[in-house]
Amino acid sequence: MIKKEVTVLNVTGLHARPASMFVQTAGKFKSKIFVIKEGNSINAKSIMGIMAGGIAQGTTIEIQAEGEDETEAVDALIQLINDKFGE
Amino acid sequence: MFVKEGIIASPGIAIAKAFVYEKSVVEVNQNKVNDAQRELERFHCALKESHKQIETIRQKAISEFGDEEGAIFEAHAMVLEDPEFTDGVEAEINDNHLSADYAVKIVTERFCAIFDQMDDPYFSARALDIKDVGTRVLQNILGIVQADLSRLDEDVIIIADDLTPSDTAQMDKKRVKGFATNIGSRTSHTAIIARSLEIPAVLGLYDITKTVKTGDIVVVDGLAGKVTVNPNAEQTENFKIEKKKYQEYRKELDELKDFEAITLDGHKVELVGNIGETNDIDGVIKNGGVGIGLFRTEFLYMNNDTMPGEEKQLAAYRSALEAFPNGPVIIRTLDIGGDKKLPYLSMDDEANPFLGLRAIRLCFKEVELFKIQLRAILRASVYGNAHIMFPMISSITEVRQAKAILTECMKELDEANISYDKKIKIGVMIEIPSAAIAADIIAKEVDFFSIGTNDLCQYTLAVDRMNQNVAYLYDPFNPAILRLVRQVTNVSEKKTDCFTGMCGEMAGDPMAAILLLGLGLDEFSMSALSIPKIKKIIRSVRFEDAKAIAQTALNLETGEEVTNYILAEMKKLKIDI
Repeated sequence: MIKKEVTVLNVTGLHARPASMFVQTAGKFKSKIFVIKEGNSINAKSIMGIMAGGIAQGTTIEIQAEGEDETEAVDALIQLINDKFGE
Repeated sequence: MFVKEGIIASPGIAIAKAFVYEKSVVEVNQNKVNDAQRELERFHCALKESHKQIETIRQKAISEFGDEEGAIFEAHAMVLEDPEFTDGVEAEINDNHLSADYAVKIVTERFCAIFDQMDDPYFSARALDIKDVGTRVLQNILGIVQADLSRLDEDVIIIADDLTPSDTAQMDKKRVKGFATNIGSRTSHTAIIARSLEIPAVLGLYDITKTVKTGDIVVVDGLAGKVTVNPNAEQTENFKIEKKKYQEYRKELDELKDFEAITLDGHKVELVGNIGETNDIDGVIKNGGVGIGLFRTEFLYMNNDTMPGEEKQLAAYRSALEAFPNGPVIIRTLDIGGDKKLPYLSMDDEANPFLGLRAIRLCFKEVELFKIQLRAILRASVYGNAHIMFPMISSITEVRQAKAILTECMKELDEANISYDKKIKIGVMIEIPSAAIAADIIAKEVDFFSIGTNDLCQYTLAVDRMNQNVAYLYDPFNPAILRLVRQVTNVSEKKTDCFTGMCGEMAGDPMAAILLLGLGLDEFSMSALSIPKIKKIIRSVRFEDAKAIAQTALNLETGEEVTNYILAEMKKLKIDI
């Protein structure tokens, strides 16, 4: 398993369009991927889970992945967040 | 026979048989089930079936109502594929031995509750999506064939609790003559669809689905906001006459479309439309509006998940400008704050949001956001007769500050060699009493005023009209408001090439038309559907008479006296409201 911490930088946080981009990106990988926020674990492939997670700008989260493409998955999601979802 | 009263959502009168469209009561099996394998299979079959249905509906929605309606079903597909949803249902089946139907029901309710609790319109809309999808899956599990609105063999009035995008997308539009629903408001999905189909709708009737049976004769009166069930012969005859009268009235108004808004003695005013998005442009043209008096740009921001960029805004402004090659298109800069928030812009909670950081004040704080919009408007100005309007102006200082930022944007465009209308007209909303009182000072910096009566009334009378305890004090006919209006038109009359318009609800109120005309208003901006009615009134009165009426009204003591006086004068002049 691989895990990395990241701080959400875009203004919206993981809300609406960024949330669906995040979930769609996670969905491309075979690994099991979770977002850990304040000890709660959220399935990264769930649009409802991510949106309900209330991950606002400035929140630090941990992304965990386990599976054959775990490194690529975590890197791709971290990059998406660091790029502020193209905002 | 009985009559029920509700909210008017779309005008007109329709008489037809009721079609009660019910789906709310689905009986689920709440007993423990041991054959989990079989329940999982039922669930997965239903998922597959639901997928197929959503895709079909999505195609139909795009072809009949456009991409935006189609996007609703893309969101539905995402919910259907959501692992939290599917895992959640599977866990209920495996661990708690629930039936597939019961498991879907409680997982759907669980998610709806989470999203419902969030105080954000975006999330409330997601709760509806989830409910819509959950219901679909549930019906597929139970093999319930949803009463089908796509195959109707006679003309009907749809009686329902509420209509979802799934319902309206598959509906046979030729057969549906009206809507009457338990819940809903003027802005709900059902209302929007009714107006786009131009069929009458009365919503918010509480229990209409319980009191009406399929086959009952129903009259939906979208003019009075009433639904009459099983009317007697005499009433039916009367409704038929009313319906014919309304159709003739609409026809008469349609015929006015290409005529000018000119009084009997030759005084011309401009009737233009209020729009919130580019979809509204057609309605303004169809109803004979000669331009746009208020382009509310906040919808561009609110209907998006992220900040709309310069190009996206440019495209929207350009399409409005190209639709009216001559007429003015007044683009109001972002009016957010107060009761309107953006999901992607954090705003502090304020004790008095209506006196707080809203509209132009927010734009001064978020200068970059403001400049993107100004650049988009300037770039669009080459495509027509663009006007820029700043909201929530309280003094000339703010006008100068806004113009300084506009000048910066012009310089940036000059440097980049991008063309724009260098003489673009600049105006302000008059919605704060101080701006009306000091209109002569502000006039030095602007080409036009546009009076926003809704806010001007709230601020002048210190009334929150959403507060039921004080709403009775809200009255645009209050002489104090009329005097403020007169003060503003007085200023623009004296300055060459300066005009005063109005874009509040009052501008589209038939009761106010003669009064406003007489007070010297040059431009009336309203929702498209009101334009023909106001035009008809203006064309049947003399400007001299209107001025005399306004003069008398200014000296009356109360709003009630003003309305009674106007009603009496209109009766004398034989003008119907």
